[in-house]
Amino acid sequence: MSEKKTKRRDFLFTATTAVGAVGAAAVVWPMIDQMNPDASVKALASTEVDVSALTPGNTLTVLWRGKPVFIRRRTQEEIDEARSVKMEDLIHPEKDEDRAKNPEWLVMLGVCTHLGCVPLNDKGDYNGWFCPCHGSHYDTSGRIRKGPAPWNMEVPKYEFVNADTIKIG
Amino acid sequence: MSDHDYRPKSKVGQWFNDRLPLLTLANHLTDYPTPKNLNYWWTFGGILTFCLITQIVTGLTLAMHYIAHADMAFESVEHIMRDVNYGWLIRYIHANGASMFFLAVYIHIFRSLFYGSYKSPREIIWILGIIIYLLMMAAAFMGYVLPWGQMSFWGATVITNLFSAIPLVGEGIVTWLWGGYSVDNPTLTRFFTLHYLIPFLILGLVVLHIWALHVPGNNNPVGIDIKKPSKDTVPFHPYIVIKDGFALLMFMIVFAFFVFYAPNILGHADNYIEANPMVTPAHIVPEWYLLPFYAILRSVPDKLLGVVAMLSAILILAVLPWLDTSKIRSAVFRPLYKQFYWILVADVLILGYVGAMPAEGLYLLIARVATAYYFLHFLVILPVLGFKEKTLPVPLSITEPILGGSPNLAAARNKESKIE
Repeated sequence: MSEKKTKRRDFLFTATTAVGAVGAAAVVWPMIDQMNPDASVKALASTEVDVSALTPGNTLTVLWRGKPVFIRRRTQEEIDEARSVKMEDLIHPEKDEDRAKNPEWLVMLGVCTHLGCVPLNDKGDYNGWFCPCHGSHYDTSGRIRKGPAPWNMEVPKYEFVNADTIKIG
Repeated sequence: MSDHDYRPKSKVGQWFNDRLPLLTLANHLTDYPTPKNLNYWWTFGGILTFCLITQIVTGLTLAMHYIAHADMAFESVEHIMRDVNYGWLIRYIHANGASMFFLAVYIHIFRSLFYGSYKSPREIIWILGIIIYLLMMAAAFMGYVLPWGQMSFWGATVITNLFSAIPLVGEGIVTWLWGGYSVDNPTLTRFFTLHYLIPFLILGLVVLHIWALHVPGNNNPVGIDIKKPSKDTVPFHPYIVIKDGFALLMFMIVFAFFVFYAPNILGHADNYIEANPMVTPAHIVPEWYLLPFYAILRSVPDKLLGVVAMLSAILILAVLPWLDTSKIRSAVFRPLYKQFYWILVADVLILGYVGAMPAEGLYLLIARVATAYYFLHFLVILPVLGFKEKTLPVPLSITEPILGGSPNLAAARNKESKIE
């Protein structure tokens, strides 16, 4: 085969294609990114909840970013049950101490990590939550114990603003 | 084919046709040579065209009254049902029309499976059909979200969450699909837009589907290649037009039964409750036409693998022309395949049934066995069968078994009588 020389035309062809591709990508990106959460959705990023009326053994469900958040004031039995579980028995090992800094209060997204349904309170084989959609069982720490869900229910960023108020987000 | 020789009779016709050969196209469509032994299972192509046009026309009229907003969508649907003139009729036709569309498409697909219509040289027709089917599922799913009832909302939540199974980028994709941190107004407006778009994409693909069909011509119940035009063919018009028309009329009786006598029987009562992001309905079930795939999803205990299995169950159909190694098309001449075909039909029906039941105990076990069999059919049975099966003698033409002259006359005649 004879040696092929790069001609001026080859260079122009490659350069034009490259600039064209970059230009097309620059136009396509805004079309894709417009579907991501907009400024008004992001503005609703935090919410404050008054939990003074919540008694032990009860759960308050509030809406945060369009998703339910469970605020559970746990009884001593539930805390003991959650803290006595061995790590090797867990599908997604997380210590209860890390999930509930203040053991009495468990705050987590009330969203099943399988396909996003809202699990039911005080149901299931582990006295915690049970997802009716595809049968995931969660324990009193909101950790997945049985069923198709891959992870524990997510603990969002939250803090006690004062003794009665939790700020989520 | 005599297409290219066609010349309109009138001067005006000739003048027009020389500039835009639409009349040549019309002539091709009327004279199109069709195998004369096509049975009623071949009428579903026409029925499906009718279904698509019905959905587009009723959809356009509904869109004149529907409001795509999370606060108003549910009410606007009730407004259509109660206030808009004949709104109830148009909406019930549209809602039941989706079910009728899927009923027809399943018969159409299983017709192809029985008579081997997906085999060479019709692979492209088949693959276009699978793409249409995928788009139909997307359109149906997004359409079901629009009334913003409980099933709409939670169906949308569960299905969009399937994408979260993708490693690393899954969560980002789901947020992008939602346009927020949950299914909400941005999700509804984009679903409405896409639900409006997809039928027109399907329409374009249907044109390609028919175009690709008209290159080799129709398969037929005997599954042999035929000469066109010949004594084995009849012109599309009037023979097939009349047959399709009669079948369509029968189909419309079934359609009308659902619209007028049982308009809600295929839906879920929960969807007459407005969407509530705080409460999931006790039992989330997709529409009947998605149940077999839902059963496959739930039969796998792992989230990612469940999603992979469900998608594979659909996409495996696209490579079917290469999985089926048999040279013989029609199941009429494939005694073993015919039995496996009916087992597959039963398997899919069983999957549909367990898909509607809670995923536990015996139902779960049945779902797992049926899912395994589904893949076994396509990945093991079909490829092996092509080599092992002893097929029956195939006639050389459609007329031959009737007029005689075949070395296998008796056998062919015997088979021919079974077709009818």
